[in-house]
Amino acid sequence: MSKKNKIFIPCEEANHVCDKNQYKEASLLEMIKLNIHLIYCRVCRKYTANNTKLTKALKKSEVKHLDTSAKNNMKKDFDKALKELNN
Amino acid sequence: MSNHKIEPNQWIDLYSDYLFNYTISRVSDREKAQDLVQDTFLAGLKSMKNFKGEASERTWLISILKRKIIDHYRKSNSKKGKAEVRINYNDSESEGDWLEERVADPFDKTAQDSLENNELGDAIHKCLDKLPKKQAKVFKMKTILEYETEVICNDLNITASNLWVIIHRARTGMADCLKENWF
Repeated sequence: MSKKNKIFIPCEEANHVCDKNQYKEASLLEMIKLNIHLIYCRVCRKYTANNTKLTKALKKSEVKHLDTSAKNNMKKDFDKALKELNN
Repeated sequence: MSNHKIEPNQWIDLYSDYLFNYTISRVSDREKAQDLVQDTFLAGLKSMKNFKGEASERTWLISILKRKIIDHYRKSNSKKGKAEVRINYNDSESEGDWLEERVADPFDKTAQDSLENNELGDAIHKCLDKLPKKQAKVFKMKTILEYETEVICNDLNITASNLWVIIHRARTGMADCLKENWF
């Protein structure tokens, strides 16, 4: 962080903190700054509300995916079968 | 009619997550589900000739997967000792008391709930498909697989701030898309 520690942050940074917070990775200081920003910035308030909604929806849906290594393994096997078929 | 072509090279990238999600809500065992998805792809490969192109590839693969899931339950039911699912009764007196079985399980999700969840899941998948590939990939890794930021950065060879920009764009895209389709 090269910037000085300001209490008032621009919208860009506020959005960034908000995104981080969706994954519980924002620090306490960042959260305080975000909340101060939200007091006077309507646009960011809306963004934050939407963002939280999105996180809740994703959690509620319990969408589950394959992890990358499993997918890669699957790809390997599949490619092998594909080659055999073509030969 | 037959404007759907078959393109097996892309199957895993395009459909594996969708199929896996479909399976896991029915089989509820990660490894088993993974195997079933794998089997589905291989079976699809074998019977590619039978694909008439009336439905989309995904629908076709799902129909194979459904068969595979049914087969899986058949197989596990026919194993010795697991011939039928029995509810354990606490005492011998209540054995055969059918009324008890009919009482709804309060911990079970209601049909309405799971139906809504399925629809929401579909909406999410639809929106993920609309995102640019890279955004979708990073978003999936971060949000659904819940990988650490560093892991993703190393995996994809991007910087942390790069990652957050991608996440931000993906989230905005997802929120807009879901607003139209769901909220």
